[in-house]
This record gives sequence, structure tokens and C-alpha cells, in this order.
Amino acid sequence: MFKKILIANRGEIACRVIKTARKMGIATVAIYSDADKHALHVEMADEAVHIGPAPANQSYIVIENVMKAIRETGAEAVHPGYGFLSENAKFAEALEAEGVAFIGPPKGAIEAMGDKITSKKIAQEAGVSTVPGVMGLIEDADEAVKISQEIGYPVMIKASAGGGGKGMRIAWNDEEAREGFQSSKNEAASSFGDDRIFIEKFVTQPRHIEIQVLCDSHGNGIYLGERECSIQRRNQKVIEEAPSPFLDEATRKAMGEQAVALAQAVDYASAGTVEFIVDGEKNFYFLEMNTRLQVEHPVTELITGVDLVEQMIRVANGEVLQLSQDDIQLNGWAMESRLYAEDPYRGFLPSIGRLTRYRPPAEVAEAKRAVRNDTGVFEGGEISIYYDPMIAKLCTWAPDRDTAIEEMRIALDSFEVEGIGHNIPFLAAVYDHPKFTSGEMTTAFIAEEYPDGFEGVTLPKAELGRVAAAAVAMYRVCEIRRARISGRMGNHERHVGQDWVVTLQGETYEARVEADREGATVDVDGQTYRVEGDWTPGQSLARMSVDGAPLVLKTDLISAGFRLRYRGADLKVNVRTPRQAELAALMPEKLPPDTSKMLLCPMPGMIVKVDVEVGQEVQEGQALCTVEAMKMENILRAERTGIVLQINAGAGDSLAVDDVIMEFE
Amino acid sequence: MTDILQQLEERREAARLGGGQKRIDAQHSKGKLTARERIELLLDEGSFEEYDMFVAHRCIDFGMQDNRPYGDGVVTGWGTINGRQVYVFSQDFTVLGGSVSATHAQKICKIMDMAMQNGAPVIGINDSGGARIQEGVDSLAGYGEVFQRNIEASGVVPQISVIMGPCAGGAVYSPAMTDFIFMVKDSSYMFVTGPDVVKTVTNEQVTAEELGGASTHTKKSSVADAAFENDVEALAEVRRLVDFLPLNNQQKPPVRPFFDDVDRVEDSLDTLVPENPNMPYDMKELIHKIGDEGDFYEIQEDFAKNIITGFIRLEGQTVGVVANQPMVLAGCLDIDSSRKAARFVRFCDAFEIPLLTLVDVPGFLPGTGQEYRGVIKHGAKLLFAYGEATVPKVTVITRKAYGGAYVVMSSKHLRGDINYAWPTSEVAVMGAKGATEILYRSELGDEEKIAARTAEYEDRFANPFVAAERGFIDEVIQPRSTRKRLCRAFAGLRGKQRKMPWKKHDNIPL
Repeated sequence: MFKKILIANRGEIACRVIKTARKMGIATVAIYSDADKHALHVEMADEAVHIGPAPANQSYIVIENVMKAIRETGAEAVHPGYGFLSENAKFAEALEAEGVAFIGPPKGAIEAMGDKITSKKIAQEAGVSTVPGVMGLIEDADEAVKISQEIGYPVMIKASAGGGGKGMRIAWNDEEAREGFQSSKNEAASSFGDDRIFIEKFVTQPRHIEIQVLCDSHGNGIYLGERECSIQRRNQKVIEEAPSPFLDEATRKAMGEQAVALAQAVDYASAGTVEFIVDGEKNFYFLEMNTRLQVEHPVTELITGVDLVEQMIRVANGEVLQLSQDDIQLNGWAMESRLYAEDPYRGFLPSIGRLTRYRPPAEVAEAKRAVRNDTGVFEGGEISIYYDPMIAKLCTWAPDRDTAIEEMRIALDSFEVEGIGHNIPFLAAVYDHPKFTSGEMTTAFIAEEYPDGFEGVTLPKAELGRVAAAAVAMYRVCEIRRARISGRMGNHERHVGQDWVVTLQGETYEARVEADREGATVDVDGQTYRVEGDWTPGQSLARMSVDGAPLVLKTDLISAGFRLRYRGADLKVNVRTPRQAELAALMPEKLPPDTSKMLLCPMPGMIVKVDVEVGQEVQEGQALCTVEAMKMENILRAERTGIVLQINAGAGDSLAVDDVIMEFE
Repeated sequence: MTDILQQLEERREAARLGGGQKRIDAQHSKGKLTARERIELLLDEGSFEEYDMFVAHRCIDFGMQDNRPYGDGVVTGWGTINGRQVYVFSQDFTVLGGSVSATHAQKICKIMDMAMQNGAPVIGINDSGGARIQEGVDSLAGYGEVFQRNIEASGVVPQISVIMGPCAGGAVYSPAMTDFIFMVKDSSYMFVTGPDVVKTVTNEQVTAEELGGASTHTKKSSVADAAFENDVEALAEVRRLVDFLPLNNQQKPPVRPFFDDVDRVEDSLDTLVPENPNMPYDMKELIHKIGDEGDFYEIQEDFAKNIITGFIRLEGQTVGVVANQPMVLAGCLDIDSSRKAARFVRFCDAFEIPLLTLVDVPGFLPGTGQEYRGVIKHGAKLLFAYGEATVPKVTVITRKAYGGAYVVMSSKHLRGDINYAWPTSEVAVMGAKGATEILYRSELGDEEKIAARTAEYEDRFANPFVAAERGFIDEVIQPRSTRKRLCRAFAGLRGKQRKMPWKKHDNIPL
């Protein structure tokens, strides 16, 4: 076995690889850029080598710099992680030239699968199902109809030169095919000056399902089930799970066998992933093969019990695969959530800065449940603009899908991230979405269900009562503590009462608390809840139990109550005595200022220049000003046509989030 | 007999109705609560004992003899906040517009006298149209009596003003002399002369809100210490503040049961100070991470943001915090920040509240804007305040502590009791670049040489150890263990006794 390996990556995946290497007794070398001097992977590795400035194209993906680090440390093998140099044949070649093992497939396989057209051809030859279609000269509408019939409806007719939906038609029958061909051709000719038309099977209700394969260099190959990755936002995966709630045993077997056949056709030897698109009838078609460890590999590990990184290292060491297809049993269900440093309320804009608080839920591995968090950051660390905004992969496992989802909801509730924007509320929303929980999602899920972006979660009424009950019990603890301050007038102490009025999410409830040693029985509008938990003021995570079911609330004290975050909802909860509530009800509701006619600064930064002046008419999309944040220039554009009424900031001004830069008439 | 007892209840009922239901409704429609409702929210439920409920004015001019409502426009008495005694007066806008008459002022004076005698804070809720014109000079005399008591009570019992409506003309000077002023957004304003007079005299057009609203006084004038959304929130926050304050200057600050770990280690503080000395960071993160339960009551949050003032608790006991804020103007001292912090330091000293000073200060803000307005004397206020403060004083230098500003920020030389420094701190007469440019003026043309000199200076002085060698720093501590060190430091200072030489009073450069 290798004595020392170098991990040519950073972040969570570098940490992940180091963990397995350490378990196997292999020494590890980390590489790091200027921005990662204090990163977690550097901390975890036995050695670390600096390989250049912060931008990846000057550090992590400079082959020569990585080679130098290998020479300096005498590493015998390199794990590339994903991204960076993981699918770079030149890197594999450079390693080969110096006799260093590449913990990944042979470079021939990387090259063969690296090209879309070649890979599709190889797949077809290996008997893998590909999307049927005809590319080339199609004489006339009759031929188009004939081809369409052969492919089977629905078909997609599109201009070869086209893009962005232009000159694209979907046809469900002969007539539509005829019409579609004609109009596509015309549009293609006028738009692109190239009227070549291409007909392909239109995949309805598409899902993204991929097969994990594992092959050694002795001709053995197995598949480790599938992962469903249909929850994507702009082709970026957000939630993955294994197995897929959609596949049956026969389809799984067919897909798995084809995937292995493809891998073996290119003499694959490592872990790899064959991606398929699957339609509503469980027809599957090959998309591409990823010749590396996938981001979402943990869900496969959780349901198969196989450490994929360990297998990759063993295969790279020339060992014979010790696992046969029969050894692979899919056990239970695993979910993975990708935590991104992005602000879901602001169009998922990347968010950078200092992680003032970062407390993931505790990892557990028990017979009936598991929580795993692959991460590369730590509290007090910095999220920079230079790399992927993914800060953690939170996985849960349970015997069945519903339980795995419930575990994930609790794990997300327990995940504390502060200092930067993050997508936990959005993830929580998806896990509560009926289309997701029923397993009926397609790759269009996010685009269809959140067409206008994410605007936060509204809790169902049934949940509000539970939260209100917990909040009252918790608030009472705060008030009793307040009443125990020193310097009280003896015998004239404040009596903390039992009756409270709770308002949250626009609802008002009357509550009565009967506290005892173990907790409290809370009556909320006639419904009784049993609240237990050892929360004390100051704890930011309240791990409560209501009627025996866990209720984890992220908690901040506010005037007369709490700000609670739960299941993606951000709630202002007021707890008042009946009299206080009566008087509070007299207070006018102050509407937040109308910001629709203002340009707000979307991030903390400095104004580099202002492009417009007062009185100027601006068109939708016109550049208004440029804000520099963390060395990146962001151009802010007009959301609609209007006239500039006032400009509040000029070049050189430092602004905070939501500062008003200019106002419109 | 029963009839007489019944009569009392009837009279009370009449008094409680103030200016009558119509005026109460009008008050509500403005988003304001009545004087008695406000007291209910301020005090523990059922704890209010009212005095002088049946006081009525004695004016007989302008037909006033026919309009003598009970209470005379102010509700006074005492009650408890979390079981601790406070005296309170609350002006009743529904009764003669809450205007101040001789008897109205007498009622206020009576409870102020009681508060001083019995050692409990005074909380005034202001909602008044001003002097009662019909009473003329009697009304002015009333104001004067209140002012004199404000002055005498200053430093004896905490005085808190809550502005919940108009407060104009001479009336502003009573709150002005109290320790804290809170306002309610959109429904309160304070000014010496109103918009009409301003228009007549200076031709300046300005609204009451612009001239003296909550935003003006929290952001521009610094007259107010905080502003809240509405009456309910404001009163809840006053209760929260009172929990931090001692009842009088003879008592130690209160101690509250706490649920935090005294030895709590915060690893993330080790990375709070960025590697680049010119990068800002948020000092509030440090304050939140060292205080009990992350609880911080900020005073003057929106004014002179380059310095932070407010209260935290350590082991349940109140500590006043003054901290430079590197996020704003690099945390430098200037006129506004010096004044803001000086007043806060003096409040803490007057009421035996220990002081914690967190230092990251590059110096004083240069420029004519500062010098012309007297930064010398204003800066001296903070220096003076620290030097005269005899309460326990603990200082933590996190990064820069340069020049005169280093001395000002509760340094050892001003009798700082415990002066800690993080390893990242630089206690020096100035930054390396500036220093080398002065020390090696002749080499200025030679960039290479200057760079070498700068590096040399940084090596020698950009650290806490030169100061530590001299005992100006008692101990260099790990950032992560700051809370634990501070808890121990203040615990060790609980018995501190220190007296300044006798004097009638000092002569702080006002």
C-alpha cells in the first residue's frame, strides 16, 4: 500500500479523502493557496505545501505546481477529488511520467469520456441506451415525420445551430412534426443562416439518475446502485438521494449493467459515475460519464457501506476488487443536502465573509439512523470568492425514505450558520414540499415550483401550535429568571403568571402554562401540548420535544419574545401577558418602506462608479452603478424603466447591505 | 360608611379616565398609549402605587378655575421592575395636553425627592405640550424645580427619560440632564424651538420629524440613546435596561442568575483579527462572544459608530463596555466618539459599574474638521473620564493601540487595573509606515531601504511584547480564552477600593 498520498484539492473533499487515508494508515499531504493557509484540510493533513495565489488557475489547477509539491513531499499517489485536475488527462499523464499513481481512472478512459460525441458513440457501441435522434440533413417534412415516427413521439425538433430554445419545437404527433419541421427550418434559416435541423427524442418528466460504478485494473466491475439528483437549480445539484424513489429493481439492474459495460469498454479502473436521463415511463438514456469521485458519493456509501475513496485507493494500488456484484445490497435510504454560501432570498447570490457561527449537527452512525456532514469549513473561518460556494454536504440515513427525510429536517433545524447567507431555509422548504416527499420530482422541480425565486417558508397552522407551545414554555423560563435578579424588594417580588398570548406568523393564540419539574403542559387555544427540553436562555439552539416529537428551534431573544428559525421559516414570536397583548394590539402596524423604487446595495462593498445622474431616464437592464465587493465588480442594473430622482452614494463610498444607493420617481 | 368607601372608588374611576374616553381614543389613534397604560407596561403587573391622584391645579386665570381635572396631566408613583423599586412619572397628554403647571411639576418633584431619599431610579415618560401658558411664570418655576432635582439626583440614582410624544422648549432640559433618553419612532420629537419659530427666525423650512424626531436625535444630534418602533417595545426595552443598572450610587450593580459557562472557550476568536492589518472586522462579534449568553444592550448604536458603548454581563453582573469599532473610520477616535464614550464611562463610574475596554485604535482622526471643532478638548473628555474612573477597569487590546489614543483607551497609565493584549496587538507610538517615514526621512527616496526599515520597525514594535516588557500590559492572552480571563479579572476586582483626592468637583473639559 502507498505510504503517503497527496490530495490535489481543497475544502470538504480534501478533508473527506484525508479521513479515509488516515483510517488506512496512509500519510497525507495537503496543498493550499494563499487563501487557504488556515483551511481545515491544511489543518487535517500530515503535511501541507503552498502552491500559489488564491485564484485556482494560479494554484490548484497548475499541474507544474502540484507536481512540485509531489516531488517535495515524496507522495506516491495523488487523489484529485472532484473538479480542478480530477478529469484532466494531462495531469494523469504527468503523474504517469514521474511514476506517481493517479487515484482515478487511466487517462485513456478520461479522454474517451471527456468528449460528448465520442462518449455517446462508445456508449452506443457498448449497448448503452442513448437518446434516439437523427442529426444531419433532413430532406423535407415527410422525412421529418418518418424519422419522428421511428424515434417515437414526443420528439424535439431543433436547429443544429440553435440555442436557447430558438428554432425549437416539441411535436407529439405527425401533424405537429410536419409543422414543427417547417417552422423550425424557417426560423433556423432566418436566425442562424443555417437551416439544418436535428430531431431527437423529447424526454418528458426527465429525472437525473446516475449509476455509481467501481472497476479494478483486472477487468472486474460492479455497480453500486443509483443516485437520484433531480433537484437542481440551474444545473447545479442541490439535493441528492440514494436509492431513487422512482426506479424498480429491473430498471436499476438494466442501468447498472449498461453502466458497467460502458466502463469496461474504456478499460475503466476506479470509481466512476454514469449519468442517465430517465423519463416518466422509466426509459433511460445515457448522458455522460464522470470519471471521478462525485460530490454526492456519500449517499451511495451510506446505503452500501462501501468506502468509495478506500476502494479508489486500493484499485490505484493495483489490488483486485474484493467486492462482487452480489456483495452490493442497498440498505435503507440516504439524503444529501448541499449547503451553499448563497442568499436564497436574493436570487441565490453568492455570499462571502466570516463564519461567525458554524455548528453542524453531531454526526451519528447508529443501527437505525445516521447523520454525516462532510465539510471543509469551521467557525471563525472565511468563505472567499475564489472557490466553490459549497460549505458542507449534510447527509442523513434511515431505514426508509420518509424517516431519512424527517432526519434531514431535524438535522437542518440543528445546523447553525451565521455571518454569511446560506440556503438552509430553502433546503428545508424542499424537504417539506409534497412533490418532493412523494418522490414525484423532475429536473424542472425548482424552476417550476419556485419560478419567482424563494421567498421564505410559511409554516402550516398545525406546526404553529407546537412552536407557540414551546415558545411560551421557553419565554416563561426567561421571565422567571428575570424576576430573580438581586436587589428585589423582599415580599414584593414579581409574580410570573401562567397566562400568555403568543403571536407568530400573523396568528394570535391564548396560552396557559402549567410547569412542573420535567417540563410544561401548555394549552394553546384549547389544544394541549406537552413541552420538554433543557433549554436555558442564551442557548441558540433549543432542542425541545413537543408531545414526544423533537422540535429544534434556532433561537434569538428579541423584545418580548424570540426570533425562531424552524423548517426554513423565520418567525418573529411575541409572547406577552394578556394585558400586554391587549395594549400591543393598539400599536400601529408599520409597513416597511417601499423599496421598489430604490436601488439597494445587494452586498457590503464600495461604489466604484455611478453611471447615471439625477433626472436621467433609465431603461430596464441599464447599468446604474458598479459596486466592488471582495475585489469583484458587480454591475447593478435598473429593474425597470424610470427616472432617477436622487442619488445617495458616490464613487468611493462604502456601503452596507440594503443601503439605498439611488431612488427613482 | 359604604357610601364613603364607594365614593373613593368613583373618584378613582374619574381620575383614571384622565381626559375622557374621546381623548384616550384620540391618543390611541395616534399610535400612542395613555399615561397609565404606559406605566402598566413599564412596571410589574399590579405593582404600581399611585400618589397625588387627586391633585388639581390652582390657576384661576383664563377660565381655568372651571377646568380642574384630577391628576393635572401627570401620573406619578412607584412600582417595581422585576421586583426592584423604581419611581415613575408619566405625563398624560389627554389631560390639558400634558402641559406643565405648578402642581404638575410639584407631583414630579415629590416622587423625585422620594426616589433620592429611598435610593431608587426615576423613570420619566414625557408626552407634553409644554408649559401651561395660563400659569405663566408659575409653570416656568415648576420646570426649574424639576431641573434642580434632575441635577441633584444626577449620579445619585439612575434617571431615565422616555420621550413618547412632544417634548419641546424648556421641557427638553429635564430629559437632557437625565442619564438616558429613549424615543419612539414616528410619534415623538424633541426640540428647543419648533418648526414654526425656526421658519420665522431663520426662514428654514423643516418638519418636526426632521428637526427633532427619533432619527435625528439617535443619528445626528446624539441627544437620544436609542429609538424604538412603538410604545410597547420602548417600555419593554427600558425594563431590560433597568435590569442592568444599580438602584443607586451606594449599591453594586445587580446580579442575575446566568446560564453561561464562565470558562467558555471561543476558538473562532483566534481568527477574528484578519491577517492584513488594514482589513476591518466587527468588534461586536467579540462583545457578543464574551458576554453572558451573548446579551448586549447597546447605547447610542446609531451615533459615532466608530466606538461602541453598552452593557453586558459577566457571571451575571453588569459590565459597561467601550470598544473601538474597526468597521467604521478604522475605529479611530474623533470628537463624536470621544464625547459618546466619555459620557458612558462617567455614567458607569458614577454607578459602580465595572468597565471593560476593547481596543483597536489607530489614533485620532486628523483634519481641520476635527481641529476647528475642538477635538483637543473633546478627546480630553474621554481621557479625563477614564483617568477619574475608580471602578474596576479591565482592558483588552486586540490589534492597534497607537499613540495618544492608546493612552486614552483605559491604558495602564490611567490606572487600568488589568490590561490584557492579544498576540495580534501592536502597542506602539504609531504605525510602522508612518514611523519609518519620520525616523528615516533621509532614506525616503529609496523604496527598498524604506521597506527594510518598515519591516524592521514592525518586527520590533508591531507586537504587544515591548509594552509587556515594561509592565504596561499585564498579560498577553489567547483570544479564544478572553471570556474566561475577563470573568476572572473582574471577579478579582470585586473588592477594589480606590479614592480620588477630595475635591468639590473636578473640572472636566466640557
